[in-house]
Amino acid sequence: MAGIPHDHYEPKPGFQTWLHNRLPVVSLLYDTLMLPTPKNLNWMWIWGIVLTFCLALQIVTGIVLAMHYTPNVDLAFASVEHIMRDVNGGVMLRYLHANGASLFFFAVYCHIFRSLYYGSYKAPREVTWVIGMIIYFLMIATAFMGYVLPWGQMSFWGATVITGLFGAIPGVGTALQEWLLGGFAIGNATLNRFFSLHYLLPFVIAGLVGVHIWAFHTTGNNNPTGVEVRRTSKAEVEADTVPFWPYYVIKDLFALAVIMTIFFAIVGFMPNYLGDPDNYIQANPLATPAHIVPEWYLLPFYAILRTFDNTVWVVQLVQFLTFGIVDSKLFGVIAMVGAILAMALAPWLDTSSVRSGRYRPMFKAWFAVLVIDFVVLMWCGSQVPSAFTGWVGLIASTYWFAYFLVILPLLGVLEKPLLQPVSIEADFKSHYADPAE
Amino acid sequence: MFRKIAISAVSALTLMSGSAWAAEGTAKITNVDFSFQGPFGKFDEHQLQRGLQVYTEVCAACHGLKFLRIGALAEPGGPNLPEEQVKAYAKTITVTDAVTGEDRPATPADHFPANLAAGAPDLSVMAKARKGFSGPYGLGTNQLFKGMGGPEYIYSMLTGFTGETKEIAGVTLYENHAFPGGWMAMMNESLVADQVTYADGTEASLENEAEDVSAFLMWAAEPKMMTRKESGLKGVLLMGLLSVLLYLTNKRLWSKVKGKKLAH
Repeated sequence: MAGIPHDHYEPKPGFQTWLHNRLPVVSLLYDTLMLPTPKNLNWMWIWGIVLTFCLALQIVTGIVLAMHYTPNVDLAFASVEHIMRDVNGGVMLRYLHANGASLFFFAVYCHIFRSLYYGSYKAPREVTWVIGMIIYFLMIATAFMGYVLPWGQMSFWGATVITGLFGAIPGVGTALQEWLLGGFAIGNATLNRFFSLHYLLPFVIAGLVGVHIWAFHTTGNNNPTGVEVRRTSKAEVEADTVPFWPYYVIKDLFALAVIMTIFFAIVGFMPNYLGDPDNYIQANPLATPAHIVPEWYLLPFYAILRTFDNTVWVVQLVQFLTFGIVDSKLFGVIAMVGAILAMALAPWLDTSSVRSGRYRPMFKAWFAVLVIDFVVLMWCGSQVPSAFTGWVGLIASTYWFAYFLVILPLLGVLEKPLLQPVSIEADFKSHYADPAE
Repeated sequence: MFRKIAISAVSALTLMSGSAWAAEGTAKITNVDFSFQGPFGKFDEHQLQRGLQVYTEVCAACHGLKFLRIGALAEPGGPNLPEEQVKAYAKTITVTDAVTGEDRPATPADHFPANLAAGAPDLSVMAKARKGFSGPYGLGTNQLFKGMGGPEYIYSMLTGFTGETKEIAGVTLYENHAFPGGWMAMMNESLVADQVTYADGTEASLENEAEDVSAFLMWAAEPKMMTRKESGLKGVLLMGLLSVLLYLTNKRLWSKVKGKKLAH
């Protein structure tokens, strides 16, 4: 890969050269595995491997589940019970898949917040970041459609609420919603297309993951200091980095094994912990559940969606200024999508020349508030709406936008950053003794 | 015989009988120390057999179990009845043949019949469709040891009638402290003491009957629970071992690159 100078694959005469001249696949693998990687990466850099594993796990378990699942409104719920009762290993397959989604999102949130703290999104890694955001958005879509498939009460009513959002778009909304559902309401056509897309999107994600990796292998990894690997000579590179294999492969596998231990405990001993009991009731269009909530990983953005109702003065003002075209429902949708969009624009909103949060004293505090804010939003999304959750949700949603749109741009101007280390090697030496000693 | 400890708030539930009214409120759920709770808990096959008896003689009058295969009664990790007994039991049930459309005695390959006569909900996955516990602090992590509380909900509901009734729009409702909203369509005294006679001499008190049938319904909702816990335990042990090995490998590998952490 371009960028950091390092040794490349040298095919031996004979078959290796023959193949290399026709398809340099070994060279590609070699360069990918032997990529010089900053030697100071901490434990927050393990999530990439965990995420790749999650994607593989979801695809493998998902393909087998699809062999036994029936996407029909009359049979879907029964086919899931068939998997749970009659398919060999079906109980584990389904629980691995359902909880695998939770692990996937847990890992992606860790990954995203790591990037936000260490400034991994900043130049020259903007493309990596934006592709990552697209992957995250597709993950949300995939998870949402997957949740509809068991055809329980929460599947049905969650889908009703979320697809109803498209109806908020002025002019084309209703037509768009009907086109999406394949009818006037959620029905067999909807279930079938959601199944089809739920099968398709993971492969789109897999393709984008390839591009994501390609992008950051071109720029090189970020690291906790945010200082770039020196790349004027191979000797400098070797002082700042270690090859990905075996150092980070083994480290990441160790982390993955620990996470898998916890994951198996959840899947084996409390597999319904993160699920909603209502989804064990077959979908019934005549009985609305008292409290419709999405899965935990969508709660923060669901909270933002719900917060902006027509009691909020900003919503009233916008509604007045747009002659009612942007009503409270559309405002909520714009806010929800905007919350992710604002995050995706972070590379251009952050004006600080210092990459890592480690050397940004003011940033650290605001970032900590953002993490708390995310948890608060999650809590808000899970609650039955009340005046109190309304206020908390409004403050928390406002902070989310303020962080990206106001705080990040201003901090670059107002903040006095600490002194950064001259190189990764210098920072490493100040933290760890020479292993030869 | 069993401790009545924790009282947790129950999330709002829906009455599934099709009459569709949703009620909210806190309900009283009694904790029961079921044998199948926790990572190492196992179903008590004698309890499941007694529960099957209660279901067959009492609940089945109104409630179906359409997702449960009769043959599952003979499988390990469940009531574990002898094959012959399951065949004999199946014969007592009449099912409609899917091919001929005629009624015939069931075989172990058939499912328990659905029962729509009284408009009562199917009980196949009821023990998973209700949540009894969500503590501490709403985190629900006590589920690791106590389970979700679905069977506890069923137990509390069966023992929670006060005897009060009221009529709404021609429907009689019965007061029940476990049911969200407090009033349900299921009749009080649906299950009373000594309604069944246990062959193993267990006292047929209301509490015993309710506990047995709740355990049975938990098994009916997840007949593969024991397999699941075994797989989970194998996974935990295997991954735990792998973690230790990889930890040591990783430590040794990095010792060439990274020395002791310096104090600042």
